[in-house]
Amino acid sequence: MFEGGLKLIGFKELSKEKRIEDFPAPQQAVIPLSQHTGIPAKPVVKKGDKVLKRQVIGEAGGFISSPVHSSISGTVKGLENRLLPGGKTSLSVIIENDGNDTAVEGVQNDWKNMEPGKIISLVQQAGIVGMGGAAFPSFVKLSIPKGKKAECVILNGCECEPFLTADYRVMKEHYAEVIEGLLIVCRALSVKQSYIGIESNKKDIAVLVKKFLENLQTSVSIEVRILPEKYPQGSEKHLIKSITGKEVPSGGLPVDVGCVVFNVQTVLAIRDAVCRGIPLTERVLTVTGLVKTTKNLRVRIGTPISDILAYCGADLRPELKIVIGGPMMGVNIASPEIPVIKSTTGIIIIPEEITPGDEIQPCIRCGKCIEVCPMKLVPAELGRYAEAKNWDMCRNLGVADCIECGCCSYVCPAKRPLVELFKWAKSEINKEGKSK
Amino acid sequence: MNEIKWAPHIHSSETTAKIMWSVVVALLPALAGSIYFFGAAALKVVLVSIGSCTISETISQIIFGKKIRVKDGSAVVTGILLAFVLPPGIPLWMVAVGGFIAIFLAKELFGGIGFNIFNPALIARAVLTVSFPLEMTQFTAPFSYRFDAVTTATPLGILKEGLNGQIPSMMNMFLGNRAGCIGETSTLLLLTGSIFLLLRRIITWHIPITYILTVAFLSFVSGHNPLFQIMAGGLILGAFFMATDYTTSPLTGKGKIIFALGCGIITFLIREKGGYPEGVMFSIIFMNMFVPLIDKYTLPKKFGLLRTRHNKLSL
Repeated sequence: MFEGGLKLIGFKELSKEKRIEDFPAPQQAVIPLSQHTGIPAKPVVKKGDKVLKRQVIGEAGGFISSPVHSSISGTVKGLENRLLPGGKTSLSVIIENDGNDTAVEGVQNDWKNMEPGKIISLVQQAGIVGMGGAAFPSFVKLSIPKGKKAECVILNGCECEPFLTADYRVMKEHYAEVIEGLLIVCRALSVKQSYIGIESNKKDIAVLVKKFLENLQTSVSIEVRILPEKYPQGSEKHLIKSITGKEVPSGGLPVDVGCVVFNVQTVLAIRDAVCRGIPLTERVLTVTGLVKTTKNLRVRIGTPISDILAYCGADLRPELKIVIGGPMMGVNIASPEIPVIKSTTGIIIIPEEITPGDEIQPCIRCGKCIEVCPMKLVPAELGRYAEAKNWDMCRNLGVADCIECGCCSYVCPAKRPLVELFKWAKSEINKEGKSK
Repeated sequence: MNEIKWAPHIHSSETTAKIMWSVVVALLPALAGSIYFFGAAALKVVLVSIGSCTISETISQIIFGKKIRVKDGSAVVTGILLAFVLPPGIPLWMVAVGGFIAIFLAKELFGGIGFNIFNPALIARAVLTVSFPLEMTQFTAPFSYRFDAVTTATPLGILKEGLNGQIPSMMNMFLGNRAGCIGETSTLLLLTGSIFLLLRRIITWHIPITYILTVAFLSFVSGHNPLFQIMAGGLILGAFFMATDYTTSPLTGKGKIIFALGCGIITFLIREKGGYPEGVMFSIIFMNMFVPLIDKYTLPKKFGLLRTRHNKLSL
């Protein structure tokens, strides 16, 4: 188990029992070409083109990049720069739905005898990226660099952010497919050891999975690990620490300690891509908080968030925050016209009582941030150095190791925007590095 | 259009003001005790001290063009703590001067809440001690307000300087029925408030326990009664309420232990060899100076540094 972290109120009962529903395809889809970490995809369609569902509309723009597919069938209305969650903009393909949902036929495959290289290329072509929020292209994770060796695969089913229940529902309703996806990943990496990490608030999943594993014939060892509810248990580095006891070195990657971690929905998407030839064009997300009916929805990529909020009867008073992702690391969006993308884990209307106040006060050095920092940094001091724009001290104190989990800001009695300061420090340090 | 706010979007309910007002609550039992033992004089000192501190803070913040933060309660905490380390019979104008020194000189001149190097109440007491040595060492006997005001010596004064007076029983010292500064006398009532602060997780055990055990151990080794040494002076008040001040103590548990060890050793040395009967005030002020240094060498070990050679901390 890792040190630090927080015990948060889960708010998961709000949507935990809601079965996954298919959200209707939108009238108009706005599909950004930059939904992933890395180089944006290059558009391969133009205004007026007819596209089918699952057709490629953007191809990978470089090595760390990912193709993008249409989530509906219809006509391309144009390519425009549109806002993404997080405030950046991306060139986006606007598609008018023709209502037919005509799809590109997928190719059925038997993965059991497939070469690892073939699996990785299918994953790449299907545009699969990390669906837990980071949106890192999955095929890159599957391509282990020379000199490194993957020893185990960890399935991340922690979903440690409060409010979110989408991964929980996916595991509950599709555990067989998820486990098949996990086995495919193990094959792609030639790994014989795997773990499923879940938090203790999802013990029912462990029961289901264990029962399923009893009758499963496989040469891969799959161990279910029930971990304490502690935020950020689902952080890649901390999940590895909790399960294997190993610490990913500062500045290193999980594979440096022989681990590769995948989110539940990512693995499900990999399974669909490899077995059925279906690219990533939809995902499950949680709509919760101040909405009339909380839901877990399967939504087409590119669906405007405003459609979903209207469907769920969201409280849209301007003083309430609309948060995309979890409440700890998610982003507050300025306009509900922003589309759902591959990394959208949830949409939350946050109740006012639990949001931080506006007034930022000076640090009183209470040290609570140090107690909770899972990276064992000194947020109190880092915050002061960042305020003073002392980037050298920020670097020396290890701001680059900050995973931006938000624990420090959460506990700070002076309501200091510590994570925000650290993001700023990191980007300034990066700029300095580039100009040198 | 909604206003963009940064993550995290949820927050713990703890605030600076709640912490400060909790400390005030924790000081109330000892305050009640001081009024019981020393009468209205004690209450007057406390009220003048709080008044002087809050007014000084407001004025300083106006002068420096800063946001007025009196409502956060930190000046009230300083006011009560200052009163607690003054003798009950001190002239009230000196108390007012002390409040000004604590807030203006020791706190706001350094940048206000969170930026002061020394404990404000203790700096004020130190200034008063050297400025008004007579008034600062005139202690009235408990309950003397009911009769004629009788000055007497504190237990440590009797022990060290052979001053006239009788050393009170352990039980009386525990309850607070002894001569001394306004808020320091009752071990029982101070501990009551301290337990509240510990349970409320506002302070941790590191500083008070290390501090008290260090003094007890050194006293025992040098042939004194450790229990007497713990209860006879300002150690309980200093260890739980002064040395634990967030801003002027180290950030990490390890740092807090080193800091408290230093406080304990210096307190013992002053009591044993120094020119004053009591050493709590100077020991804490002295150790306050070392906080940045202690912090620098007691940083937590970063996650992920166990197996790497590169990325060594260089400060």
